[in-house]
Amino acid sequence: MKILGLIIALSTGVLLIYATGDFPGWADPASPASLHLSPHFIEKTMEETSVPNIVTAVLADYRGYDTMYETAVIFTAGLACFILLRIFVREEPGDRLYRHLLTGVTVRVKEGAKLPPSEDFERIDATWTPPDLIIKTICRFLIPFIQLFALYVIAHGHHSPGGGFQGGVILGASIILLAISQDLRTSVRRMREKLDAVLCAVGVIIYAGTGALCLLLGLNFLDYSALASVLHCDPVTARSHGILIVEIGVGIAVMCTMIWIYNNVSSTGKYDEGL
Amino acid sequence: MGDLIQIVVAKYNYWIYITLMMIGLYAMIVKNNLVKKIVGMNIFQTAIILFYVSTGAKRGATIPILEHGHGEHGAGAHMVHAVDYINPLPHVLMLTAIVVSVATLGVALALAIRIYNRHNTLEEDEILAQIREK
Amino acid sequence: MIWQLDLAILTLVVIAGIGAITVKDLLGAAILFGAYSFMMCLLWSIMGAVDVSFTEASVGAGVSTVFFVAAVFRTTRRTKD
Repeated sequence: MKILGLIIALSTGVLLIYATGDFPGWADPASPASLHLSPHFIEKTMEETSVPNIVTAVLADYRGYDTMYETAVIFTAGLACFILLRIFVREEPGDRLYRHLLTGVTVRVKEGAKLPPSEDFERIDATWTPPDLIIKTICRFLIPFIQLFALYVIAHGHHSPGGGFQGGVILGASIILLAISQDLRTSVRRMREKLDAVLCAVGVIIYAGTGALCLLLGLNFLDYSALASVLHCDPVTARSHGILIVEIGVGIAVMCTMIWIYNNVSSTGKYDEGL
Repeated sequence: MGDLIQIVVAKYNYWIYITLMMIGLYAMIVKNNLVKKIVGMNIFQTAIILFYVSTGAKRGATIPILEHGHGEHGAGAHMVHAVDYINPLPHVLMLTAIVVSVATLGVALALAIRIYNRHNTLEEDEILAQIREK
Repeated sequence: MIWQLDLAILTLVVIAGIGAITVKDLLGAAILFGAYSFMMCLLWSIMGAVDVSFTEASVGAGVSTVFFVAAVFRTTRRTKD
């Protein structure tokens, strides 16, 4: 098996290297990839959409169909993880571990036995480590600033590198940081599972809904200049605002999918103990 | 001989990208462990994205964010030359590819965890032996 | 597009890629994959693809590595090959 794999990889590699004989040189300004469609994008973006970041304009406006289906793909992946792994257990099973707060004694409560009173005892995971004050405090301070930066990245996608995807991933990473530094149960209490799943679908609906609104107002699907009548501005600015609205939809969908996949993978579907 | 040096200098980047792709392909075919196969899949995906983005590079051009781009459109706009900016189209396509790759990674890891829960191992030959015994 | 920097980072990328599939510890493979992802992000910054580089830094070197570590933690850490 190893020799067969090596032969396959080597022969494919040799074929591809032979094919690079026809390529234009690396970083050549006159290569065919840069001659046909991209001069139109580079020269006309400012006067057609008034968005300086060409990549955001092409992603959300000129190629809006691709991005809409990509958002649907992300939502489907989160849904697939949920369907594969999630186990809904009605009552709490098995042994549980409680720790007395004042003395540090750990108590194992077997199945069906009486629970200890909850003011003096806290529930701990089977893989509990002593709480690190520095990590907990610093993460608690950092998370609002991370979220603020993520919102800045989404809103500033028109003028600087960024946009919906990057901001959405950073927002999701802030909630994952909460789950890692403290506890999965803390993070689930902050961002409940039902809200997470519904927001994920709402993100996709915002994107498709903007396209449908443009269709209802008389122009093509996802042609944002139709929003000029709703927003009371000229068509070029309406395209810029349309790009912002769909980027917000993409950001919401990506954030919720990242949190959803992390919750399901790190607790194997049971939502009781995390990393 | 000078001709060969010329070819190597112009194309060595493409050869290194193809080497990376083949490392990923080799890992997907040969490795027994499921997580190593998933790592190989991701190496393959990122190497292909690297290859695509490199077709947009241009010598002596700047990043694809227009300068003088604050609040002017229509009359009074500065003249923009396409040769000053690198090609933005591969970047757009590859943004989609990166996010799709992380979605695929999530589903692949969920599948690996389910397989581990059922067979108690992640090695492919042991899983096949267990399936044949049943 | 300084070619010396380009060549050095490409060499590091290949070494991290070979390391990620050869190490016998799955947690080490996950962390090496995170390093590989981050080197890719640097390569794209050098080529001028800033949006792609931002996305890869947040997605590949951030969330992707966390997913891997969570999955390795829930299954097993040792492997025979």
